Amino acid sequence: MKLTLKIWRQKNASDKGGFTTYPVDNVSKDMSFLEMLDVLNEDLTEKGDDPVHFDHDCREGICGTCALHINGKPHGPLQTTTCQLHMRSFNDGETITIEPWRAKAFPILKDLVVDRSAFDRIIQAGGYVSVGTGGIPDANEIPIPKTIADLAMDAAQCIACGACVAACKNASAMLFTSAKVSQLALLPQGQVERKTRAEKMVAQMDAEGFGACTNTGACEAECPKGISISNIARMNREYYSAALSSQNV
Amino acid sequence: MSWVSKTLSSTLGRKLIMALTGLFLILFLVVHLIGNLQLLLPDNGESFNLYAESMASNPLIRVVSIGNFAFILLHVIYSILLSRYNKSSRPIEYAVSKASTNSSWSSRNMGILGTIILIFLLVHLKGFYYEIKFGEMPVVDYAGVTYKNVFAIVAAAYSNLLYVAFYVVAMGFLGFHLSHGFASAFQTLGLNHVKYSPLISRVGFGFSIIVPALFALIPIVMYIQSL
Repeated sequence: MKLTLKIWRQKNASDKGGFTTYPVDNVSKDMSFLEMLDVLNEDLTEKGDDPVHFDHDCREGICGTCALHINGKPHGPLQTTTCQLHMRSFNDGETITIEPWRAKAFPILKDLVVDRSAFDRIIQAGGYVSVGTGGIPDANEIPIPKTIADLAMDAAQCIACGACVAACKNASAMLFTSAKVSQLALLPQGQVERKTRAEKMVAQMDAEGFGACTNTGACEAECPKGISISNIARMNREYYSAALSSQNV
Repeated sequence: MSWVSKTLSSTLGRKLIMALTGLFLILFLVVHLIGNLQLLLPDNGESFNLYAESMASNPLIRVVSIGNFAFILLHVIYSILLSRYNKSSRPIEYAVSKASTNSSWSSRNMGILGTIILIFLLVHLKGFYYEIKFGEMPVVDYAGVTYKNVFAIVAAAYSNLLYVAFYVVAMGFLGFHLSHGFASAFQTLGLNHVKYSPLISRVGFGFSIIVPALFALIPIVMYIQSL
């Protein structure tokens, strides 16, 4: 396949940045999207040009590191991670526009790489369970109904890639934060810090400058892990009930 | 900051205010519609004029009416606050965006739809509310008692085709606003459940068509009657 790539290039955080067009030949339909970029980068390196910087790690769709806005959608046309997107999803001769995630809370570091440490700080604010790490507990010591365990595991599937923020017209991080609040609020282990967690994580989410939720559902539609917006409703419930009943005046 | 103001100034708190005021305004639409449908009764406006008088003199309705204006104002103010905040959360827009593949047009344009409805509301209040309350009103006698002839004002307004067209188009925008707002308000309140969320969506969809359509029907019928 022959393709034209329109890629956002930006030297550093303070650079204005802009699109650069690269024609690429001999792209196999079986290549992953990242492999196609690897080939481009090899060519650029051989020519002595600066390769296109992009985030990637496991390339198995489980780490959430790869994060490209492809042809107007986070992770491209399929509901998957960029690394699991293959060139057969594109047509020969197509122009592909590649942009970084756009959000005030995700500042661009270089080219397509954004700083997603805002997510880390939301987790640090309350996305954990403070339990004594003694010996391994016996199986089934804490009974958890299957339906609740399933809901918690569904929420825990979030890989924090940030596609929800990228897709949302308000660059809101509600889906991410709500998935993390939900997974712990549903399980017995998360009950101790339940109220404080909801308050602190929402406060941190706001402090990072993520937008508010308009319930467009774009996040759910684009999430590579299919996290449901019912988690956002749960976070709302958690937050309101925490506001009314926590000890934090 | 107290816990109340801290909660209400958070993104979730602001959304809560939008949802609660929105739901109140939805309730108001129903009451307003039921009252206004009396315009179509074939009694030359008698029941509507009596209804208008009872609304104006009922102290409970007057309190609710003040609340209604306050909620409209809150809904508008918080929408402006949220829109500005949300806009600032993405200072640089995407060069290419296929938002239509992941969300409905109404859900992405609630601000624009709301602004159009607000403009309609101002014209509507000037044309009827202000005129009835402070303007020179024609009067009518029923069983020896004199009433303001509100019906005559409405009938006169709806004999103007431009005015009727404006109303009908505005109701279309209201429909789109409600098609997202109705179900969205419940989601914001945290009311999302496999059992009743589909019902809320269906009721919201029906509401967003039926209520604006009935509102639009009134000027259309009265225009035809005026011919």
